[in-house]
Amino acid sequence: MTDFLNSPIGVLSLTLAQALALLVPLLIFVAYLTWAERKILGAMQLRKGPNVVGFFGLLQPFADAGKMLMKETIVPAGASRVLFIMAPMLTFSLAMIAWAVIPVNEGWAVADINVGVLYLFAISSLGVYGIIIAGWASNSKYAFLGALRSAAQMVSYEVSMGFVIVTVLLCVGSLNLTDVVLAQKTVWFFIPLFPMFVIFFISTLAETNRAPFDLPEGESELVAGFFVEYSAMTFALFFLGEYANMILMSSLTTILFLGGWLPPFDVAPLNLVPGPVWFILKVCFCLFVFVWVRATFPRYRYDQLMRLGWKVFLPISLIWLVITAGVLKVAGWLPT
Amino acid sequence: MATLDRIARSLLLTEIISGMGLTLRAFFKPKATINYPSERSPLSPRFRGEHALRRYPNGEERCIACKLCEAVCPAVCITIEAEPREDASRRTTRYDLDMTKCIYCGLCEEACPVDAIVLGPNLEFATETREELLYNKEKLLDNGDRWEPVLAARLKADAPFR
Repeated sequence: MTDFLNSPIGVLSLTLAQALALLVPLLIFVAYLTWAERKILGAMQLRKGPNVVGFFGLLQPFADAGKMLMKETIVPAGASRVLFIMAPMLTFSLAMIAWAVIPVNEGWAVADINVGVLYLFAISSLGVYGIIIAGWASNSKYAFLGALRSAAQMVSYEVSMGFVIVTVLLCVGSLNLTDVVLAQKTVWFFIPLFPMFVIFFISTLAETNRAPFDLPEGESELVAGFFVEYSAMTFALFFLGEYANMILMSSLTTILFLGGWLPPFDVAPLNLVPGPVWFILKVCFCLFVFVWVRATFPRYRYDQLMRLGWKVFLPISLIWLVITAGVLKVAGWLPT
Repeated sequence: MATLDRIARSLLLTEIISGMGLTLRAFFKPKATINYPSERSPLSPRFRGEHALRRYPNGEERCIACKLCEAVCPAVCITIEAEPREDASRRTTRYDLDMTKCIYCGLCEEACPVDAIVLGPNLEFATETREELLYNKEKLLDNGDRWEPVLAARLKADAPFR
């Protein structure tokens, strides 16, 4: 058995099994996130949300998926066919690939690499390509404008997100996500780095194109931005990718600031709960805030969005980075 | 000082937090949803829905072809032709009502001296073709027969206020 597991085929099949064990629950989670979003949004607008298909509308995601599968994929005239079909696949697979380094529990990451944070950052930056390609390949001016807006927004907010991550890394001294979580054994980073936590969370909203920064999509004014021309399964892939990204960003927030799989206090009833349960609870909390924010705030204007990213978040995160570095150095808390 | 105050407010996210508090309160409030086909909101006895031509309890149609409804109708959607029947009573030979033109103002019901044409409580009479919405006398009398118990009760409930 161990011989098999050490052979190349064994390693491959083991990795495949691990990836499936992560991705299948993830996709179910995505399906139920769409349901939960509609339920929460409904509740906050004094509605009930979906409640007809199955108990409490629990089968609604599957009804939606069935509808999407059954519809026709329309490729617009003049569209670049290959790129047009490739863009949603790219978006979706990038959202899935990023999960390779997420540690749901100690040692549970599919790939426990030492540059986990950099990897995540690289993958989430690549996400812009799916959007640009979709907008360009649609051969529609609206889709293209939407793609440009979306790309500009994602690039802008990645800068301040980068500084926030650097601040966390200064406190940890490692790029390995498991180490990042283990460094929070005494105190979760959102307490000492609270302003960074807020900036990071708001940036993730912008990064995932969620309300109040959803102007690439802007359903009430632009219809859908970069994916106006998409229908059926290609649209569903964008949708899945967007929601998988939301979960990814929530788990990144959880890992960087909310202590990953660690219980809030290391005492008897709390530390008996298995790590993944804590992890999922924290991710669910972040996602609830995502939807909560969407239910509360009106959409930003485009110039306000850029102002917030470049003139507010960037300076604040830069200054806080310097302050953190200074405090760590002076107090001698720098990790070795 | 005012600038400082504004900067502090925006940096401490006070407005944002109070806004989110508001939505969180709404989250726990009882919901206003009515699950339409299985639950319905109450209808006033004055609700103006699908029209009906009523009959007397002995089965005689009420309409005496006075054409007041046709005259008062602001949308001109009622067409009446009348001539004396064999027993010399004056009756309509044709009573057409174009439901696609009707604005549901209820003036025909108010104009009618014998409570023949009434607007009933039915609001689910959508059809698949436009032609089905061009009601004739037969259809209207049929409606009247179908809804008579409800129509009588509604007229009775609203009578003190007329």
